[in-house]
Amino acid sequence: MGGHLNINHLIFLGHGALWTIGLSLIALVGGGITGFAIALARISPLKSVRIASGAYVQLIQGTPLLVILFLGYFGLAAIGLNVSPLAAAGISLTLYVAAYLGEIWRGCIQSVPKPQWEAAEGLALSKVQRMTKVILPQAVRIATPPTVGFMVQIIKNTSLASVVGFVELMRSGQIVNNSLFEPFAVYAIIAVVYFALCYPLSLLSQKLERRMGRGMTNLTLA
Amino acid sequence: MQQNASPIPPIVSLRDVHKSYGTLTVLDGVSFAVARGEVLAVIGRSGSGKSTALRCIDRFEKVDSGEIVVCGHRVDLPDVDLRALRQDVGIVFQSYNLFPHLTIEQNITLAPCSVKRMAAAQAKELAKKVLAQVGLEEKLHAYPEQLSGGQQQRAAIARSLAMQPKVMLFDEVTSALDPELTGEVLKVIEQLAADGMTMVMVTHEMGFAKGIADRVVFMHRGKVHETGPASILTAPNTPELTQFVGTGRLKS
Repeated sequence: MGGHLNINHLIFLGHGALWTIGLSLIALVGGGITGFAIALARISPLKSVRIASGAYVQLIQGTPLLVILFLGYFGLAAIGLNVSPLAAAGISLTLYVAAYLGEIWRGCIQSVPKPQWEAAEGLALSKVQRMTKVILPQAVRIATPPTVGFMVQIIKNTSLASVVGFVELMRSGQIVNNSLFEPFAVYAIIAVVYFALCYPLSLLSQKLERRMGRGMTNLTLA
Repeated sequence: MQQNASPIPPIVSLRDVHKSYGTLTVLDGVSFAVARGEVLAVIGRSGSGKSTALRCIDRFEKVDSGEIVVCGHRVDLPDVDLRALRQDVGIVFQSYNLFPHLTIEQNITLAPCSVKRMAAAQAKELAKKVLAQVGLEEKLHAYPEQLSGGQQQRAAIARSLAMQPKVMLFDEVTSALDPELTGEVLKVIEQLAADGMTMVMVTHEMGFAKGIADRVVFMHRGKVHETGPASILTAPNTPELTQFVGTGRLKS
């Protein structure tokens, strides 16, 4: 070890970047599915369901992600549940993302004007039909820009998983730096890779927001 | 259609309906009935409870007491089958409420396909038919935002008609439209009346109510203050209705 930055270091960083993408996808898919359930629970006709889901959102939003990660890794280990760094990071991020996406999506569903719900009811559509055919298609359009924007946050926040020993981009950068002692060069590369992952999403988010402003007909559902 | 005075039960009947929001009484013992093929105009000032009364018929509002029977459904009871009720009742709103993400055709076929399980091809034929009824055949594939307000409202009427309701409710359907567009919507409603559709409409268009309504209900402070044939609009019996149609005349 030691010496100069070479191709092996870059390959190692590349692996880390792939795990950053992987962890982001786990967080997004897991958090997306759970978040959708949270969003529906937040507008449930049952008060107890609304309160429970609301409490969950408040709890997670009021807790630093770093603390959630520590609880997931060291906390579970302390009570005898040994989880791998990947599982700990995946579960923690999923719980975290679910709270935020759930709240974003609840807002989007509720921002579909009330008369739209009434018109759907007036046509005798069932609850599920109203949701899937009238409300959600409109909510998805409203939700797309903030959701894409939040994905950028997720990608950056996966760097916190480095503290539980999960070797994603940030952790692989630390490891490379430990042998090279060239923090500026190494972390500059890390920064550039994060930027390269996030910037396209930011652009997409901006583009979607502009398209939203132009009205609805030009947007086709993906 | 011929009026029938035999003891056929009315399509819509409200008996002594009460409703209040907190301490504010909105409906204070409202009763009226609508027979098959009849056109009933409900008029009154803003806040007189007329829109609330209409919305109670389709159970968009729950009543505190009283009895509402619509096409045989006991709407005032908590266990009323809402989806069955709403297949019998069509409602058109002031703000059109077309679904913006769907074409006019999809707006119209959505309920027949999902609720009545109609085949897609059949539903498309139906969409053409009801759009022709409101004079919008050429807008089949347009999106709502590409239509004028009057066209949107006519499309909304077509969407309701596609469910072949037994009674249609109109909640101030021309209040958001300028006089010219109002005219085109009223023409459609006139045609429906001529075809024998049973209708209850809350309206501010006194001239129209006079021309089309078989009967008029004038609501005042949550009560049916005066009711009778459309002629009461020209010869009111109560000072309140006199004043109301008087100010209406001044406005237009």
